[in-house]
Amino acid sequence: MSNTFNNDLKQQLVADFQANESRLNGETKTPVHQTRREAMQNFEKLGFPTIKHEEWKYSNVNSLVKQAFDFNVKTEFGSEELETLAIPNLEGNILYFINGIYNPSLSRIVSPENQLQILSFGQAVKENPSLLDDYFAKYANYQDDAFTALNTAFAHDGVVVNVPAGKVVEQPIILRFITDARTANAASQPRNLIVVGKNAEVKMAEAFRTIGENGSFTNIVTEIVIDENANVQYYKVQNETEKAYHIGTTQVSQKANSHFYAVTVTVNGGFVRNNLNIVLDGQNCEAFMYGLYFPNGKQHIDNHTLVDHAKPNSYSNELYKGVLQDKSTGVFNGKIFVRDGASKTNAYQSCRNVVLSDEASMNTKPQLEIYNDDVKCSHGTTTGKLNDEALFYMRSRGIPKAEAMTLLMYAFCEDVISEIKIEPIRAYLEGVIADKLAQK
Amino acid sequence: MLTITDLQASVDQKEILKGINLEIKPGEVHAIMGPNGSGKSTLASVLAGREEYEVTGGSVDFEGQDLLEMSPEERAAAGIFLAFQYPVEIPGVTTINFLKTALNEIRKSRGEEPLDAAQFLKLMREKAKLVNIDDALLKRSLNEGFSGGEKKRNEIFQMAMLEPKLAILDETDSGLDIDALRIVAEGVNKLRTPERAVIVVTHYQRLLDYIVPDYVHVLYKGRIVKSGPKELALELEEKGYDWIKAEVAAL
Repeated sequence: MSNTFNNDLKQQLVADFQANESRLNGETKTPVHQTRREAMQNFEKLGFPTIKHEEWKYSNVNSLVKQAFDFNVKTEFGSEELETLAIPNLEGNILYFINGIYNPSLSRIVSPENQLQILSFGQAVKENPSLLDDYFAKYANYQDDAFTALNTAFAHDGVVVNVPAGKVVEQPIILRFITDARTANAASQPRNLIVVGKNAEVKMAEAFRTIGENGSFTNIVTEIVIDENANVQYYKVQNETEKAYHIGTTQVSQKANSHFYAVTVTVNGGFVRNNLNIVLDGQNCEAFMYGLYFPNGKQHIDNHTLVDHAKPNSYSNELYKGVLQDKSTGVFNGKIFVRDGASKTNAYQSCRNVVLSDEASMNTKPQLEIYNDDVKCSHGTTTGKLNDEALFYMRSRGIPKAEAMTLLMYAFCEDVISEIKIEPIRAYLEGVIADKLAQK
Repeated sequence: MLTITDLQASVDQKEILKGINLEIKPGEVHAIMGPNGSGKSTLASVLAGREEYEVTGGSVDFEGQDLLEMSPEERAAAGIFLAFQYPVEIPGVTTINFLKTALNEIRKSRGEEPLDAAQFLKLMREKAKLVNIDDALLKRSLNEGFSGGEKKRNEIFQMAMLEPKLAILDETDSGLDIDALRIVAEGVNKLRTPERAVIVVTHYQRLLDYIVPDYVHVLYKGRIVKSGPKELALELEEKGYDWIKAEVAAL
């Protein structure tokens, strides 16, 4: 069987979906599969978004859906080869996904099982169906979002992480996605579910790396369910190729007194769309969102964030920063909902950009919908060039122009980089970012 | 060391410098005074290589090199230093990191080995004493949230670190109270050597009580209209600039 994308994409996917079903035997009756079916129907109704769709106005997927992709590229990686793709010195629970498929033999789980339970999605369907019944697809919007619907319809792989109540997972969980586009246009649709119990604590990262000259397409959905008083740090790190399409949704649900902290860094990628959606479904929640992006060439990087203040007394704060070069394009769309009952909400949002070329462009759109009078909200976006006066100051001290620009751009990003609390990830990013900024 | 001949410069099509002539030898301190808008800061900026200023005529020779052909970083490497009237705040870059980069770039352009971290810190501690600048301040982002006095002291500290041949102090006294002024001036005096020349650009005479110049030049309407010994500064302090303006008008 080969799942390929082409112009008859919808038909192709319907055929693929049916082919999948015929191999599932008894599983078709499970609630999980009923959800997949419903999602497929939604996808059929929705189709791929066009730029007429408000949420996709500046991000045109036309070139994506015209390409053919293989969803089943088979790759063997030796551990030595894998080592060259690793983030140096990163210790913890490292889970490898090769072309979207969780690979337990390459992965290493170091935390004790009473702290952390990790199952592949397929295993979870068989071994812990009640966890899926309770949480799977209960948060990510597969009703209205075409890519989430598509991912949900094809939810067969990925990982299901369960952190039981009261457990503090000391070692981070690193989901390392390697896409191998050396032999074909490789596509994958990983689906992850992270369930964090009351008073539990966990740090996790999703790190994406693509190799090879062909195109790639990742359509990933990660649902993170955070119970009362729990604490989650989440990092998304993208270093893919010029021909990589990445569409990802991170859907977060927070209960009362919980704390969520996200940093999304896109170093490279051809066409990137990150959706970070957070529902603050309890009082006294805190949510922090940081983002950084460095498109150059013809790269396109789009960050959509949504914070839904559904209950009173919660706090959200958001800072996204970008440096755009050449003919690259960027999008930031930040939505804040404050529901009728969500009094005493504090919500802050800021997006700052440096555009280094006349041919690069950045579209920023803050969207605040506030249905309560007793709130504190602010938002601000800036897009400008590097500070000429600072540049002259540095040059007058003997620092060459290119070096001064790199230092200034790096300084501009520093406050977001310093928010990365997993030291090896920060060190890795400092390196790749400095390399990229020095490329000019 | 520095020979300025008939230098003319404009900004936004407006002519500011209308033919400056000035000769500076090693070890000399020259004060450039003049009323607001006379072109003092423009002269300092043109010498340091600020790009907004367009040189429309004349020449500047620095130790046999055509200064006007050089980029700001090349001028710094050749030994020119501008202490800014308004030092720039650069969040995210510490003074230490900034200066280490600057010093090592200058050394590199001179074919010298870069200083390692230990050598650099030793040099920094030594020079920091000259201007009573606190270690903690140097670990912070460059000039960010510094008081006026701290910014100016940081400029002189940078001068001490980079050891220029020619230092141009652009209104270093502006915004300083008398104690801060004294500290900054003492720092500059400690850096005076028989080889190092200094141009002190100032509106007021009081800085020159502390940094005693060899020559005083009065800049007015883009030209040096009067030059004299240090006593000229006292005369200007006493009588203001009006008599100079009257003299020029009478010509």
